[in-house]
Amino acid sequence: MTPNVATVHPGWLRITHWLNVIAVVILILSGWRIYNASPIFAFRIPDSVTLGGWLGGALLWHFAAMWLLVVNGVIYMAFNFATGRFGRKFFPLRPREVIGDMVAALKGKLAHDDLTHYNALQKLAYLFVIVDVAVIVLSGLVVWKSVQFSWLRVLMGGFDNARIVHFFGMAALVAFIVVHVIMVALVPKTFVMMVRGK
Amino acid sequence: MKKRNAISGRIQLLDKDAIVKDAFKAMPASARRLFLGRAATLGGLSMLTGCTVVDEESAEKLLMKVSRFNDKVQGWLFDPNKLAPTYPESMITRPFPFNAFYGEDEVPEVDTADYKLAIGGMVSDKHAWALDELYKLPQTSQITRHICVEGWSAVGKWGGVTFSTFLKRIGADMSAKYVSFKCADDYYTSIDMPTALHPQTLLTFTYDGQTLPAKYGFPMKLRMPTKLGYKNPKHITEIVVGNAYTGGYWEDQGYNWFGGS
Ligand code: HEM
Repeated sequence: MTPNVATVHPGWLRITHWLNVIAVVILILSGWRIYNASPIFAFRIPDSVTLGGWLGGALLWHFAAMWLLVVNGVIYMAFNFATGRFGRKFFPLRPREVIGDMVAALKGKLAHDDLTHYNALQKLAYLFVIVDVAVIVLSGLVVWKSVQFSWLRVLMGGFDNARIVHFFGMAALVAFIVVHVIMVALVPKTFVMMVRGK
Repeated sequence: MKKRNAISGRIQLLDKDAIVKDAFKAMPASARRLFLGRAATLGGLSMLTGCTVVDEESAEKLLMKVSRFNDKVQGWLFDPNKLAPTYPESMITRPFPFNAFYGEDEVPEVDTADYKLAIGGMVSDKHAWALDELYKLPQTSQITRHICVEGWSAVGKWGGVTFSTFLKRIGADMSAKYVSFKCADDYYTSIDMPTALHPQTLLTFTYDGQTLPAKYGFPMKLRMPTKLGYKNPKHITEIVVGNAYTGGYWEDQGYNWFGGS
């Protein structure tokens, strides 16, 4: 422990991040099993990579992990706003910088010498996944309780459409995770920081 | 599961769940509960990690506790005045999918002449009802969306007596917690009183203007557009009002009890 190195990721962030990972993994794997009970598209997901054993078991996992996702997510956002970190970390987000970083990334020259700041692509990706999770939760509420959340149902274009929104929200989340985990693997120091804080 | 996927018109791949469902039928209740012990396990998760990370029995207990909590949350969210959307005739799904824990060829044949609906529990009038008598109650009909726990949905038209009217007629104690149902196919389920009294909860005798066909639940089906399909009992033979929790066929295997939408 070197006391002169400032903490980059506060404790609440690290805890909520890893709890979120647990919730998201459970939700995705059990969600695939639920999908298989009545596939929207012409494919199914191999049962062996799903969670729950059967539809009833998958639903139990799904409707338990949803609480972890939502409560943990609310805590994450509350801390982010209360500390002013949200504005500092993710903004300003300038389109020009996003494009610049994208070009640099494609050339394999994206700088990561200063890990205390997120580059523009990271900012965009993290903001995207936060919005994506919100969309998944809202469409999920419609699939769960389409009568009680009638205004949300209308917003999502009806019950059947909410299922499609929920599905594509999941697909986008999976795409984010794949890229996210690859990036972390490329710069392993960020992983250490997300565990130890600095 | 045993679903003619008429809504999508797509060919359903052979579903393992259908086989599981068939297997359930032959199983005594105790074995079924044991089966859940394995079914609700970490399955894929232990496969991912290559080990059993959590004691499966305690994981299942915790999950069931959360499910009971979800019952409470749903009871609290339930707005007795909120109506499920209704649809025009043109939107009825044809043919309406058949769905049960057995195949369409195993649908029970209920004999009209012998049939009597038994009434029990916290009611003042326990006389059993013949069908003719039930048909004389004020009838209404409704086109609503049936949502299955599996995720598919289909629009259908059911007609019958508003269930709250019927409960009043039998002098049911409306302060009771549950209304439980027993069915000719050995199915059983139970619902909360607020949903039983919901204006769209109907005890139905017709489907799409015709006497309810056997495959859709002859002689009667309790139709609740505010609940998932498995909460809507068919071939009802007995209705009991009471405070004792009686669960349900699927609910006892792990489906959420409230099952509301
Ligand atoms: C095993 C999977 C995961 C690993 C190893 C991982 C790792 C990391 C690391 C190391 C960072 C810090 C990046 C940096 O300092 O440059 C981070 C940040 C972040 N991760 Fe993950 N992550 C994982 C899964 C997820 C999932 C599933 C989500 C969302 C659904 C997610 C959302 C985020 C967000 C939003 C941030 C930014 C947090 C903030 O600064 O407020 N991560 N992750």
